[in-house]
Amino acid sequence: MEGHDAADEPLRQARPGRTQVSHRDHGDFDRDLDHAHHHAGPAVDAPPLAHDAGALISARSLWLTRSGRSILQGVDIDIAPREIVTLIGPNGAGKTTLVRVLLGLEVPDRGSTVRKRGLVVGYVPQRFDVDRAIPLTVARFVELGRRAEDDEIAGVLADVGADKLGDRQFSELSGGELQRVVLARALVRSPDLLVLDEFVRGVDYAGEAELYTLIGRLRSERGFGVLLVSHDLHVVMAQSDRVICLNRHVCCHGVPQSVAQHPEYARLFGPQAARAFGLYHHHHDHRHDLAGEPHPPAADRPDAP
Amino acid sequence: MGEPFLMRALFAGLGLAVVAAPLGCFVVWRRMAYYGETVAQAGLIGIAAGLALSLNLTASVLVVTLVVSALLVLLGRQQIVPFDSLLGLLAHAALAVGVIAASLVRGPQIDLMAFLFGDIFAITTTDLQWIYLGGAAALAALMYVWRPLLALSVHEDLAAAEGTATERAKLTFVLVLALVVAIAIKIVGVLLTIAFLIMPAAAARPLSETPEQMALFAAIFGALSVVLGLFLSVSFDTPGGPSIVLVLALFFAAAIFPTVLRGRR
Repeated sequence: MEGHDAADEPLRQARPGRTQVSHRDHGDFDRDLDHAHHHAGPAVDAPPLAHDAGALISARSLWLTRSGRSILQGVDIDIAPREIVTLIGPNGAGKTTLVRVLLGLEVPDRGSTVRKRGLVVGYVPQRFDVDRAIPLTVARFVELGRRAEDDEIAGVLADVGADKLGDRQFSELSGGELQRVVLARALVRSPDLLVLDEFVRGVDYAGEAELYTLIGRLRSERGFGVLLVSHDLHVVMAQSDRVICLNRHVCCHGVPQSVAQHPEYARLFGPQAARAFGLYHHHHDHRHDLAGEPHPPAADRPDAP
Repeated sequence: MGEPFLMRALFAGLGLAVVAAPLGCFVVWRRMAYYGETVAQAGLIGIAAGLALSLNLTASVLVVTLVVSALLVLLGRQQIVPFDSLLGLLAHAALAVGVIAASLVRGPQIDLMAFLFGDIFAITTTDLQWIYLGGAAALAALMYVWRPLLALSVHEDLAAAEGTATERAKLTFVLVLALVVAIAIKIVGVLLTIAFLIMPAAAARPLSETPEQMALFAAIFGALSVVLGLFLSVSFDTPGGPSIVLVLALFFAAAIFPTVLRGRR
């Protein structure tokens, strides 16, 4: 499943992002490392059923069953302004379903979701099957996110490193280009919240690091909140303010390192995963251009054999 | 060439071509050709009912296309029978019912062929009113939902997450399709209506860079096919609707040929 050998990745200490961002008080390990309720049924230690009034999105007690399969079992989640929340969990843990519920694409059986008034969401879906039947330039695709002037569209395309793609046909983009262009469409909306579902899937280690860096930089510049669904159990964007570990219910959550040391995490993914838990940091020894070619083509990449 | 029936045929065809072009693009983009075919074939029931009850045929066809559209929305909610099988089933059930009904109510000079393949030379002034008023309404509705409909055709979940009213746009599209099918049946018949919708759009696709360009080129192809088809029909005494469709097929072949030669696009 992983695109690289994460076991070689040492457990590093988190450090603050390069740019100063006023974090909320999620940095406090002990206080933040809640033991959330585990199993079906109302748990004794469940948080009070009040929504977080300051959150961009606040959901309480989300329950959802599809085709007789219980997918969400009392999930609570809040995403604060400017906060980067990474959602991890095994396959079938309900990550994408939770995102769909938060976006209003799926209605839960029970539970409630409160959005900040006038919340603007930018969304990068997990799958994007490009339809060649529709003639569409990249610029026009971006403009479908919000009516925008040409220079605005050129601006967001430049922001994601896709400045030369505006006149290209959307259906002719490569995988890496497509990701950036879909991100540009999310950005043109000037979102309060950016939702990225398995954004780095299919990208190699260095490409992943670069995309995470991009997201971190954009968050610092624009100040939106980010909900990032990660397909990787034990490599998490270092700038995450919080990591939420989901397995139908919220197993544990906290700042990145604290999650790796949490017994629930080890129970869910195994002690090896906990040892291998790594964080993306800003520094990396090379970058990838849009064609996916490394610059410089380093032989000593962390994932090199 | 100035014969009134010929002028009516020309204006009917041109009016329909303009409305069919943008609608046909969405039928192609949303992969609803077979859906449209089903709705069109069901129109035969409307014709039979209209003949039996002496109603305006376009109106009675419209009632049936709307009912069938609603039925398809309901049946689409179950997943035991795949939707395309359902369409095949309904299309042919409707055709069977329509042909039987037409045979039962057949009056002195009812020509079934005229309803299957259209009779553009029999267009009346009332038909022209239907085509232009109904067509204008259809076009206006389509313009109104153009942007959301395009967004959801590209990626429905993304559009919905961005706050697009996807259900309203889809419903509008289905209603507009039912209306245009009802209008078109007199001209090109239940069996050629969908051809008149998708062929101009398909021919326009290889030449287009944007959705709007594709709709424009489709309208040009549609209008040209009407003019050339009618010319063909008058010159060689061939049936009108099939002549138009033949011209469209040639347009498509010419447009797609370079793409096929290049390999892919």
